[in-house]
Amino acid sequence: MSQNARPSPDAETPTAAQRFARGFGLAYTGLMRALEPPFAAIQKRVGIKGMAYVFVAPNMIIFSVFVALPMILNIWYALTGSNRLMIGERPYVGFDNFAALLDCKDYLDVNSCKQDRFWRAVHNSVLFVALQVTAMVALSLVTALILNGKLRARGFFRAVFFFPVLLSPVVVALIWKWILQRDGLLNALLLASGGERIAFLHDASWSFFWTVFVSVWAHMGFYALILLAGLQAIPADLYEAAEMDGTPKWRVFWRITVPLLLPTLLVVVILSLIRAVQAFDEIYVLTGGGPGTATQFIVQYIYETAFANQVHLLGLAAAASLLVAVVLMVLTLLQLRISYHGKTS
Amino acid sequence: MFKQLKSITGGLMALCMPVAAMMAATNSVKAADPTEVRIMWYSDGNEGDVMRDLLDRFEKQNPDIKVTLDRVPYKTVVEQLPALLDSGQGPDLARVTDLGGLSRHYLDLRPHLKNAKYFDDNFASTLPWFRPATGNKDGIYGVMSQLALTLPLVNTTLFQQAGIPLPGPKATWDDWAKASKAVADKVKAPYPMAFDRSGHRISGMSISMGGKFIDDDKPALVDTGFKSAMKNLVDWHANGTMSKALWGSVGGTAYRGATEEFANAQVVFYMSGTWQFTQFAKTVAKNFEWQAVANPCGPAACTGMPGGAALVPIKATKNPQAVARVVEYFASEPVYEEYHARTLFLPAHAGLAKKGINYVTDDANVKKSLAIAVEQVAQTSPIAFKFQGYEHNRILFNAMISRVNQAISGEMSLDDAYTRMQADIVEGFAAKGIKLQ
Repeated sequence: MSQNARPSPDAETPTAAQRFARGFGLAYTGLMRALEPPFAAIQKRVGIKGMAYVFVAPNMIIFSVFVALPMILNIWYALTGSNRLMIGERPYVGFDNFAALLDCKDYLDVNSCKQDRFWRAVHNSVLFVALQVTAMVALSLVTALILNGKLRARGFFRAVFFFPVLLSPVVVALIWKWILQRDGLLNALLLASGGERIAFLHDASWSFFWTVFVSVWAHMGFYALILLAGLQAIPADLYEAAEMDGTPKWRVFWRITVPLLLPTLLVVVILSLIRAVQAFDEIYVLTGGGPGTATQFIVQYIYETAFANQVHLLGLAAAASLLVAVVLMVLTLLQLRISYHGKTS
Repeated sequence: MFKQLKSITGGLMALCMPVAAMMAATNSVKAADPTEVRIMWYSDGNEGDVMRDLLDRFEKQNPDIKVTLDRVPYKTVVEQLPALLDSGQGPDLARVTDLGGLSRHYLDLRPHLKNAKYFDDNFASTLPWFRPATGNKDGIYGVMSQLALTLPLVNTTLFQQAGIPLPGPKATWDDWAKASKAVADKVKAPYPMAFDRSGHRISGMSISMGGKFIDDDKPALVDTGFKSAMKNLVDWHANGTMSKALWGSVGGTAYRGATEEFANAQVVFYMSGTWQFTQFAKTVAKNFEWQAVANPCGPAACTGMPGGAALVPIKATKNPQAVARVVEYFASEPVYEEYHARTLFLPAHAGLAKKGINYVTDDANVKKSLAIAVEQVAQTSPIAFKFQGYEHNRILFNAMISRVNQAISGEMSLDDAYTRMQADIVEGFAAKGIKLQ
């Protein structure tokens, strides 16, 4: 036997990655061979077109059990009364829960409403959404514009702004609670600089301000990133042409940046709107909805009505959640329409 | 032919024998498997550890029963256990504080107990607290794992530092409010008075002021006594005797204690209860002197609210006999005595209450407080006992705490808060299928 015919030692002993790939390949082939007979039998029975449904079926089962069924149950809860959990034990009350929620002499005066807490939560949510979304979009845009510019350590700053998005909402709330509480960091700084202690979390106005602030702080990085992607998609030659023409910077911003960023900006507005309506976790941990009901928003109302109070008013909570669902659905349809319009234009 | 049949039968039998032997072995293993009893348990202090220790001994004495103690936060018992029970799930036993509210899920242990008379003789005053309205009139639906009483805990070191004497045993709510504010102002303590944010905790003051709560088994929350107590709370928040930083830091019916603030010597007068003794023995230790004091007086009484936690058997259990044996063991005098001696809780056992418990503590603050607590149990108003045993008391607790909090934060007037409380009570009863109007 010649020396050339002998395989090299490297060729004889495969690397770990090669062994894994080979093993995986064998396992995959084995699995496919094992699956072939039953699938062939099913295909014979349902035909090639029916196979699409067979492949979609597992996903549909999961969707039905975890999404569709709870939705249907929620509708049924909204149409039934009592504090019982089991469907069979709950009497049908028709639209009484919706009627109770909407029973108001004047929707602007919460004290005239039968379910004043629901309307306080609605009012708080509307104000929160208006302030939070405005601040969120404005600050995200400014941040994205700065991060898109020629900035030293740009990658570092992008990471810094995105970092809070990675934190759990509970962690965010606990960090800020530690800063804002009576004996917290901010009050310690105020006292050290000769100032007075401020009731950041138990004064209604301050605590509302901080819920907006913390919420913006926690989520801004995500929207800034979307806007940054939008900014980077604007062709650079447009800016070069404007620069050659000597166009002022504000004019460049209004005539080039804003129109071309508008589809992305609208998506950001709608996404942050939906998110703001759903606000719950970090605010619940930060203020618990207090003082009084000053920072109680709609999702917290639903949660407390259904689960936290000793008498679980599941019907009322389900009805309130359906009303919120309608609002969210409108916003989602709006977003879809805008996205579709953006693509087609 | 017959021979062939015989040999086939023989062969089959030979084949079956090892299988039968294996099945018998499996069955014998199954028979030896202990029955599992699961307890959902929350702790305020060391009672979880003490209970586990006692249960370990029970398991040694009863190798056919294994007891799993699922330790959970109090919030789980309040928020998740009711949903579990409604859905027919849940543990075999649970430690609960909503004694009447969950009573429809309890199991009557009387038919399963070896000595039901022992329970009748020693727990007669608390057994009605967890009897369901539609249940057996002399049923045994659980046993108290802790008899508690709301009473004030006072930082006596702050009083000494301020040079202000402690108000006497017959001092009124007003006396305590003024004294606490004066002490706090002098020693710069941020919280002159603090109450646990709970309807139960403010009920004692209301009864002292003349509040009745129940009239002929129907809720009668808003009366002159109740209004006086609520006015006190609003006024104290307005004039700085109570700080909004505590009650104002949460909303709705959420519980908020001031244990941390008290342990950090920031609170002069803390309206809480006997269940805090163990915790403060550990967290305060020798940092400052504290003690329980007699409940302040109003025109009608000087009372706290009784309460506590009970170990209740759940109807859905598959092992009622084993559950009854666990409860019987826990309620037996030596075990019950040891549990209370080590946890520093007040016993609900009449014999032990009479005999007295030799508490395992060297802490002078705790010893003094326990002596006062025992005295205070005897002075507790019958209205307070009746209200504690009222099946729907939680509906009233929730209504008062959430609405008075809105009055305190300035969202509504006290009169509007009373109207809303009444509406909440009607709504709560309606959800339970009871029409009040």
